[in-house]
Amino acid sequence: MNIIACVKRVPTTDADVRFKADSSGLETDGLPYMISFYDEIALEQAVLTKEALGGEVTALTLGPASGSKELRECLAKGADKAVILTDDEWMSCDCRATAKRLAAAIGELDAKLVFMGRVATDRDNAAVGPMCATYLGWACVSGVIEMECGEDKGTAKVETEDGIETVEFSLPAIITCNKGLNTPRYAGLKGIMAAKKKPLEEQAPAAADGQAVLSTVSAPPARPEGRIVGTGAEAVPALIDALRNEAQVL
Amino acid sequence: MTTLVVFVEHSGGNARRGSLEALGAARAAGCDCIAVLTGADAAQAAQTLGNSGAAKAVVLTGPAEHSADAVASAMAEVVSAQGADGFMAASTHHGQDLAARVAAHLDSVLFSDCTGLTQEGDSLSVQRSWLAGKAIAQLTSAAPAFCCTTRLNVFEIFEGESSVEVSEHAISAEAKARVVSIEAKGETKLDVKEAPVVVSGGRGMKEAEHFALIEDLAAAFGDAAVGASRAVVDAGWRPHSEQVGQTGKVVAPQLYVAVGISGAIQHLAGMRTSGTIVAINKDADAPIFKVADYGIVGDAFEVVPALAEAVRAVKAEA
Repeated sequence: MNIIACVKRVPTTDADVRFKADSSGLETDGLPYMISFYDEIALEQAVLTKEALGGEVTALTLGPASGSKELRECLAKGADKAVILTDDEWMSCDCRATAKRLAAAIGELDAKLVFMGRVATDRDNAAVGPMCATYLGWACVSGVIEMECGEDKGTAKVETEDGIETVEFSLPAIITCNKGLNTPRYAGLKGIMAAKKKPLEEQAPAAADGQAVLSTVSAPPARPEGRIVGTGAEAVPALIDALRNEAQVL
Repeated sequence: MTTLVVFVEHSGGNARRGSLEALGAARAAGCDCIAVLTGADAAQAAQTLGNSGAAKAVVLTGPAEHSADAVASAMAEVVSAQGADGFMAASTHHGQDLAARVAAHLDSVLFSDCTGLTQEGDSLSVQRSWLAGKAIAQLTSAAPAFCCTTRLNVFEIFEGESSVEVSEHAISAEAKARVVSIEAKGETKLDVKEAPVVVSGGRGMKEAEHFALIEDLAAAFGDAAVGASRAVVDAGWRPHSEQVGQTGKVVAPQLYVAVGISGAIQHLAGMRTSGTIVAINKDADAPIFKVADYGIVGDAFEVVPALAEAVRAVKAEA
């Protein structure tokens, strides 16, 4: 079975984000990157599925040519080959354009099962998986925490506000992965050496116009200065007073 | 006039708060609303939506109501059939998932988890966070349809007194995936994204068992959910569903109480849009105090039980 893991380059979660002076985007000079947290889980699930069912795992990304660093990491962790849809404007590619370009690439790769992260930790859209599946006409399960999959169908569990749902799906399918589904492996030395010889191909992404028009992006407004109401349990009455009479939330 | 189809979730025949907030957001931005509902009791939940700003309600019917792909396809049909300009939902699990699918059916971009919605001239403008709140973006859409989801606890519910015209629409697409069972969690347990009050604990609680104190404080508030920092989720003390922050959930309750949480940048990003923030921490230099409105420097094991008792006393008076 051809399996794909889609991964995205995002700023590291501990990065201190700066903005361009004209509020037109993030200041990217010196910005450190990583594979989005949930995409690591997607890659691991792709490799686990290959180990169970056989087949080949392709790591797929949309990003700058320098994004091959993240793809080499995927190859070191068990992906067999990697494809990068190169776009220097990747950071401003909206969720619809991303979904359409990935859908086109997924079609080319003749895959049956695609894993993505539940959400990318940069734009926080949680949209590309279900959008991409809709463009492909495939099944999709979002936010999976447990799953079993065979050649033609599978079962997945997702956590909603009300509890845990069990979903049956037919293949081909896109599964978006949530924390708890697995524990991503570290790349061993052997994997890192092997990764250097695995194929990594650059392709031009399919054309897709952007529809999201960014007016401004900036730091969130600073919260009004707070205060320490006191020390230890003796401070509780002062806190209660502030919550009732100032903040009026109690 | 812009008309939006708004997905209204419900339980026990009553519309959920987050969905009513989505209707309120659309009304406040000057839009007309058509509610769309699915599932058992949908017709009942639809009856009172006029009071929350919906002019019409469409109830989806058919055997594929437990399939997100079939339901989304029917919702997109409703947008077209009603001549509406777009689609909205609250950013719950189902709201987010369906909105993405409906947006694709309408070949339109989706703005997720918006914290602001305004109409400027003929077009709608949204405010939403990037990087879980480290950045705030203002965007407009050049899409054929306007699609967005709204963050819970941010928008006001519209209050009016109007009737609503209810109709039905059949789900006709064949299901590719369907929900076969639901294991419900306790009725009293609120999700951290939905709850008006969140009491979160961090590594300062020292052991998983000590979260009984956090749970008790949440119980004292009554309408509160328990939250957790990444450190305690990774340690296995609490489930991931409770994690607040960049690799968990972004929350905006009226009141957020952080206990024994130092305030890593990823955590602060996930809760900084809360109404009022209270921090309880032993370390007076902890970064959490920089975003807190009120802080108590002290031992959680002394402060939290005293606070729970005081909150109960206030609630008993009311």
